[in-house]
Amino acid sequence: MTNGGDTPSTGPIDGPVEPPPDERPLLPRHRRRPAMFEIGGSIRTHSFILISACVFLALLFVWWLLTSGTGMVKPLFLPPPDAVFNTLKEQVNNGELWADMRVSIYRILVGFAAASVLAIPIGVLIGTYRFWEASIEPLVDFVRYMPVVAFVPLTILWSGTSDLQKFEIIWIGTFFQQVLMIMDNTKRVPRDLVDFGRTLGMKDSGILGRIIIRSAAPGIWDSLRITLGWAWTWLVLAELVAATSGLGYRITTAQRFFDTELIIGYILVLGVLGLITDQVMKALGRRFFRYAESER
Amino acid sequence: MSSKLEIRGLGKTFKTRSGELKALEDVNFEIAENEFVSLVGTSGCGKSTLLNIVAGLDHPTEGGAWLDGEPITGPGRDRGMVFQTYTLLPWLNTRQNVEFALRGEDMTRAERRDAAIEQLELVGLSEFVDAYPSQLSGGMRQRVAIARALSYRPEVLLMDEPFGALDALTRRVMQELLTEVWERHRLTVLFITHDVEEAIYISDRVLVMKNRPGKIKEEVEIDLPRPRDFSMISGSHFAELSRQVLEPIHAESKQVVQAAE
Repeated sequence: MTNGGDTPSTGPIDGPVEPPPDERPLLPRHRRRPAMFEIGGSIRTHSFILISACVFLALLFVWWLLTSGTGMVKPLFLPPPDAVFNTLKEQVNNGELWADMRVSIYRILVGFAAASVLAIPIGVLIGTYRFWEASIEPLVDFVRYMPVVAFVPLTILWSGTSDLQKFEIIWIGTFFQQVLMIMDNTKRVPRDLVDFGRTLGMKDSGILGRIIIRSAAPGIWDSLRITLGWAWTWLVLAELVAATSGLGYRITTAQRFFDTELIIGYILVLGVLGLITDQVMKALGRRFFRYAESER
Repeated sequence: MSSKLEIRGLGKTFKTRSGELKALEDVNFEIAENEFVSLVGTSGCGKSTLLNIVAGLDHPTEGGAWLDGEPITGPGRDRGMVFQTYTLLPWLNTRQNVEFALRGEDMTRAERRDAAIEQLELVGLSEFVDAYPSQLSGGMRQRVAIARALSYRPEVLLMDEPFGALDALTRRVMQELLTEVWERHRLTVLFITHDVEEAIYISDRVLVMKNRPGKIKEEVEIDLPRPRDFSMISGSHFAELSRQVLEPIHAESKQVVQAAE
């Protein structure tokens, strides 16, 4: 083993010690931190994965330590990891987990699609024309600040505990945010791109369809990805309060029986589902907007 | 020579909160058919506003612009524009970007494709027809923008500091390329820049603009022989022309800087 260049070798010497023929004065060593600790630095993919995996494992260890390891926390408040795992396995085996997931995913897909289908045209419209911005934006802004939670009793009154009520909560929670975010995406389309379309003699409808929407599309996709994450929150909220099925419903019933293992297990499942949807949306975005790859 | 583009008594006043701002006042000039005219001036002198009015993207508050005797009231395909910012559509490759401009023409798909490739050859990009804008350098993007603006054969080409965002070396290559293309194909061009050397090198005539309100202050005929090449820049005649262009702007820029202090 050789040491770094600046410390004298203490190892066995085989032969007379002579300076190498082209010895140059040693430059002061660059004291450089690894790039991942620099502002705006870089990181290798496998380091990234390794580090994030370590954090998860560390958390798991702390969890184990607090419960099985030392018994500091009673299982009623926080059950040990293996108990949660076994409960989930049971849920998988008896088919309940899949049934709950199916119901919840169906609700989120319908609610989110209903919100997006309306929010995209409206957002683009108010991001393009000041008239529509003046007529719609303040209203949307106003509703946006109303707490979604407060709509839960109202939606139960309107639609009972049906799926429709879940769609309504998801819709209220995402639509208004989407409209504003998509308006913003649309406003970011460079003015010169629009002017370019005009110098080609294009009509407004052509500029809107062929330039503005296409140009705003990557941003709109990102807004959808972010709001889809929120939609999970609204779904669980709706299911916690009034439902007869779904992931949120299972959590509520588990609470009634002090079945903490099940609660924690389902919360973890929700986290994983959110992570998966986000990654899927990201991957799709990269596929759709491949042309922008080297630009970001 | 008949005038292709005519600007007469053109004025533009902006209404701001602190009152009216005269951006352009009584601008008058003409550009002959196939003449290359540059408009130079300090930043904020209203030269881009003037170009936008000629493009039909903005409207004058007084006077106006005429193309072949017809008043300009809005944008149209008889004028092609090259913007300072990169205006290629990022989701289309180079060829599709040129084809996009040809959509309005009465052409088949194959004809559009051939025309686009031909235009890209003209600006030396035949190897990049399938590249996306994000894969191109700034200079290449502007070359595509020029090819695109030329593709539908406008009567006048309007260029708004098209090389302003490029580095000095690329800019020179672009000036050379534009001059070459223009000398071979001839077209009426109105070119906006604040680079005096650029203006003299590529133009037949340089118009010097005065600041606030924007007004044509000086007109310098560039009698350098064509074809042009960069060795002319070091010549004494080029130096004399530079002096003629710079002098009025220099006094002007000084005033602006002092007024700001």
